Amino acid sequence: MSATTLLPLQQDSIVVRFGRWLRRDIRGALSLAFLLLLIVVALLAPWIAPYSPTEQDYANMLAEPSARHWLGTDDLGRDVFSRLIHGTASSLYAAFLAVGVAVLVGVPVGLVAGFMGGWVDLAISRCIDTLLSFPAIVLAVAVTGAMGIGLTTAMLAVGLVFSPQLARLVRARTLVVRQELYVDAARCFGASLPRLLLKHVLPNAIQPVLVQATLLLAVALLAEASLSFLGLGVQPPDVSWGMMIARGYMYMEIAPAQMYVPGLAILLTAIAFNTLGESLRVALDPTLRGR
Amino acid sequence: MLTRKKLGMIASRLLQALPIAVLATFVVYSLMQLIPGDIAVTLAGENASDERIAEIRELYGLNQPFLVQYGSWLWNAVQGDLGVSLLTREPVAETIARTYPTTLLIVAYAIVLSVVIGVPLGILAASRPGSLLDSGIMSIASLGVTVPNFWFGMILALWLALGLNLFPATGFASPGDGLGTALWYATLPALALCTNGIAEVSRQLRSSLVEIQSSQFVRTLHAKGLSPASILWKHGLKNVGVNLLTVISLLFNKTLAATVVVEAVFAIPGIGSAIVNAVLQGDFPVVQGAVLAMVATVIVVNLVTDVLYTVLDPRIEQA
Repeated sequence: MSATTLLPLQQDSIVVRFGRWLRRDIRGALSLAFLLLLIVVALLAPWIAPYSPTEQDYANMLAEPSARHWLGTDDLGRDVFSRLIHGTASSLYAAFLAVGVAVLVGVPVGLVAGFMGGWVDLAISRCIDTLLSFPAIVLAVAVTGAMGIGLTTAMLAVGLVFSPQLARLVRARTLVVRQELYVDAARCFGASLPRLLLKHVLPNAIQPVLVQATLLLAVALLAEASLSFLGLGVQPPDVSWGMMIARGYMYMEIAPAQMYVPGLAILLTAIAFNTLGESLRVALDPTLRGR
Repeated sequence: MLTRKKLGMIASRLLQALPIAVLATFVVYSLMQLIPGDIAVTLAGENASDERIAEIRELYGLNQPFLVQYGSWLWNAVQGDLGVSLLTREPVAETIARTYPTTLLIVAYAIVLSVVIGVPLGILAASRPGSLLDSGIMSIASLGVTVPNFWFGMILALWLALGLNLFPATGFASPGDGLGTALWYATLPALALCTNGIAEVSRQLRSSLVEIQSSQFVRTLHAKGLSPASILWKHGLKNVGVNLLTVISLLFNKTLAATVVVEAVFAIPGIGSAIVNAVLQGDFPVVQGAVLAMVATVIVVNLVTDVLYTVLDPRIEQA
């Protein structure tokens, strides 16, 4: 018999609860829908985009938006709308990669620090404090420089730089959770350390991580844009929103649409990640409900 | 004002900062270990002769154990010797001295703007919690957090500089050329950078003001017949003003990071541009030196705000 069946409280299935949340939180639902749409666009980019992202229309360079090119063309005559669609994949990949790395590095470190306590905790906490003293983008730029320029290394660097934030969060939660009775009980039953951490501590310490990771997706998206703008991220012929801004910047007096469009895409996506993160925070924290 | 208890707290803050400072230097030096392959070959650059590689190995002590290398690098760094640029041969310390003041001016300007704009917004929002004004201000604040600073900078440059000719679109004037001119050039970059700060300051101020308005002592003041406005000004702000210090120390870190990209937009030869150029050209001593300078400043700013907080917050005495 598993421990959950002993609970007297009947809980609805996760699908029912999810549906209820969607109806109650319109902004969160809209954000989620927008992000899902973006993922579909990213996956289907070659079929949706009217042109290839590298196809050049020599007769129409730096063209204004028109029926032929919905958002105009860039300085090489490439269709901005098609590049925007193809850039979605790089930008989303970048954000998820960075946050994935941050979770994979930060969560175990925070768990160990919080659960072990003592000098292990002290040492890890000092390291976390130190890494948080570095201006994040600056450290990411330096790490990218050392590991090699390119989108994947740049986002690995961003992920590593973000990981102490999550580690600190998990550590704080773990400190609380490890004193709970069920952890003691599991220990008395002879649960091994990995089992204690994975089965009993992690599931109860993970909720704030979910919220923070969603919020970090917005920050990672902005980091991708920054690094690609500086020439440290995406390299041609690949395209990302940050790179499109860099390109549009050079011709912003003649063709401002090229600079506005990818920036707006970043802004909207970042707002969606942030709104979803705030919604999750409210949904997961019973004390915030009804506010 | 400074009691024995507060002095003790300040001393313990200083002691806590020490290991962080040492670890930070270790992180900066270890960055070089991330370079794949033979570091000496990478540092020597493309098509370097074997002699040059050997010279680099000797120069950086790369044939010694890592900790010995780190120790001698740290010893030199403490004395202000951060090595020389691989490309220009300029001492890294001079590069920092040449570029950092410009960056710091812009960052300080952006933080002042954040406070000057963010504080009134926060007070306005807190004066009528839940009102249209409140939710409007908080929506602008969330926009401030998500807007890409460098993109916002471009829009400012396009509208205010190229369109209306109010400010110069690119370039800089160093603080040495006269503060007025320097500030004139720094205005657009600072405006581009302050969106995040405005958001953080107004949110923090609003939430602590709202919290304090629902506290016991404010209820007593209400009962005594004080008007809501004078409660907010006389009692609310006095209690939350100190909290702003914490926000400012966090903001300094974030704004310093964001400057790296904004400098590129406005073609400002600050320390951010120095780092980016050095990274693109593989000039590693400059990268290390500049990162070290920036993290050292963040640690010092954190320490100073912590100490100020301890000195200024009256509640610490009772705790």
